[in-house]
Amino acid sequence: MNRRNFINGVARVAALLGLGGLAARLLQHAQVAHTVWQIDPWKCTYCGKCATECVLELSAVKCVQFYDICGYCDFCTGYFEPQPNKLSTGAENQLCPTGAIVRKFIEDPYYEYTINEPLCIGCAKCVKGCTLFGNGSFHLQIKHDRCVNCNECSIAKACPANAIHRIPSNKPYLFKTREGKPS
Amino acid sequence: MATALAQRFPPPEFTETGHQMPTLTGFPSRALAWDYVDVVVLFVALALAAWLVLRRRSRRGVIALSIFSLLYFGFWRKGCVCSIGSMQNITQALFDSAYAVPLTVLAFGVLPLVFALFFGRVFCAAVCPHGAFQDLMLLRPLHTPTWLEHGLRLLAYVYLGLAAIFAATGGGYIICQYDPFIALFRLSGSLTMILLGVGFLAASLFIGRPYCRFLCPYGVLLGLAAAVARWRPSITPSACTQCSRCEDFCPFNAINISTPKPAPLQPPSPMAQKIRLTVLLLLIPIFVGLGLWLGDAAGAALARKHRVVNLAERVHLETSGTVQGTTEASEAFHAAGTPQEKLFGEAHTLRERYVRAGRLGGIWVGLVVGIKLLTLGFRRKRERYETDAEHCLACARCFEFCPQDQKWKQILAQAPHPVHAADATK
Repeated sequence: MNRRNFINGVARVAALLGLGGLAARLLQHAQVAHTVWQIDPWKCTYCGKCATECVLELSAVKCVQFYDICGYCDFCTGYFEPQPNKLSTGAENQLCPTGAIVRKFIEDPYYEYTINEPLCIGCAKCVKGCTLFGNGSFHLQIKHDRCVNCNECSIAKACPANAIHRIPSNKPYLFKTREGKPS
Repeated sequence: MATALAQRFPPPEFTETGHQMPTLTGFPSRALAWDYVDVVVLFVALALAAWLVLRRRSRRGVIALSIFSLLYFGFWRKGCVCSIGSMQNITQALFDSAYAVPLTVLAFGVLPLVFALFFGRVFCAAVCPHGAFQDLMLLRPLHTPTWLEHGLRLLAYVYLGLAAIFAATGGGYIICQYDPFIALFRLSGSLTMILLGVGFLAASLFIGRPYCRFLCPYGVLLGLAAAVARWRPSITPSACTQCSRCEDFCPFNAINISTPKPAPLQPPSPMAQKIRLTVLLLLIPIFVGLGLWLGDAAGAALARKHRVVNLAERVHLETSGTVQGTTEASEAFHAAGTPQEKLFGEAHTLRERYVRAGRLGGIWVGLVVGIKLLTLGFRRKRERYETDAEHCLACARCFEFCPQDQKWKQILAQAPHPVHAADATK
């Protein structure tokens, strides 16, 4: 064994020990094995960037309806244009650019609104209407059957409200509740 | 504690119809099994690459594995998470206690380095989809002048330093943001990134793996590990005839030539050598000092790229009346009702962290430049053409160009028992 081989061997063992130490330290610290990206609905400012900044052709972000906090309003400010001609399902009255919200009569004066997910582009127009003037039951979530879980979420990077974070993958959605915003 | 009820309108009571509210459905979790499959595939591919390069000495095998890696890690798994990017997760986990690195990401970061410590850069050879993509595009390599090669290689060290600064301070993952191939793997992305990817591929037709050689930050670490590797490919399985074909055909300038005999120049006197060594050693602290000074300034400038620092500056300008109007970010900040002092405090802490990280980064670059000059100033005596362990991407091309290797392979093909070419060298 010559001198060069000896030095290389020492450096190699040192590097292996270093890598082992690094891994051990990180493993000790790791409480969650996996994380996914998710939108905090309380922080979201419905700017519309979710529809355009995602790396996917059709964003992984979709609007979801939380029936629990929905008011079932006849004049739904998430469904209708600010000053609709008529409270009807006519396309000219709808806020949604793709007609992805289904309005169904239940009983006077209540209507149920459901998102037709394949049509939704995550533009947040309905979220804005519903949150500013209604109960805020419409809000955006990243759907994990669509999200490719990029190491750096490009929507998170562009989000003006810093509302997108990594969360544990065993609880991958952040839902609003009737109790309101947690402190 | 919860704030007041969020509802403006009370929940309805369906007295007439007794309608039941639908329960929420369609919230699938992420399919995590694939993440573990990826780690297994990575391990098998690394082992296979090591075997193909060091035992089989087979360029064809390397090409086949490259195609598989490109399709699997690139186009099928969409390139995320990759070993190159995983360095940022590991760095962030070291500096930010709130961030815990996922196990699979840690495996992606560490496994190729461990393999490099034993077998050289077999990850680059046929496992990394970025490398495979460029390597398969290589049509007609042009020779890069040595001075340019050494100069451009330094870019990767600077890039690694920058990526570490941003990851450690929570400023984002720049390696991922400016990854030239990811948009092609996903077949979607911004126009700039697609053009960048296509540009890199076009360059790869004539320049051997430009990203790997001159930019890849992970390649720097793999190179350092490979420099002390236990086994490395030997170009010829028998005696080197000094034909220089391997050096002529290596597209990556990764072959060290044997010392010419007789020496074309009078060797410098021992005294002159000592003086040169002293000068080069003295230059290292000068470069480090220069790096420190530049890093200090760079840290403060880089801090402004961080969203919190950026927002704090904007809010400060708005409240002092220097600028009119608001941005989307400052509007969101005002709407959230966070006290300004808290934001300014955070920004101040961040700026200090950036300056500290910038200084460290500057020291790193200074050291690299100094040591590079030192190693360039001295040439080791070599009996034969050898792979430059640090920069050899283990592509197995040189075996094909070595007449001795071809001769051996012919002899072995006629041998009664199947023998590996690598055994012939013993």
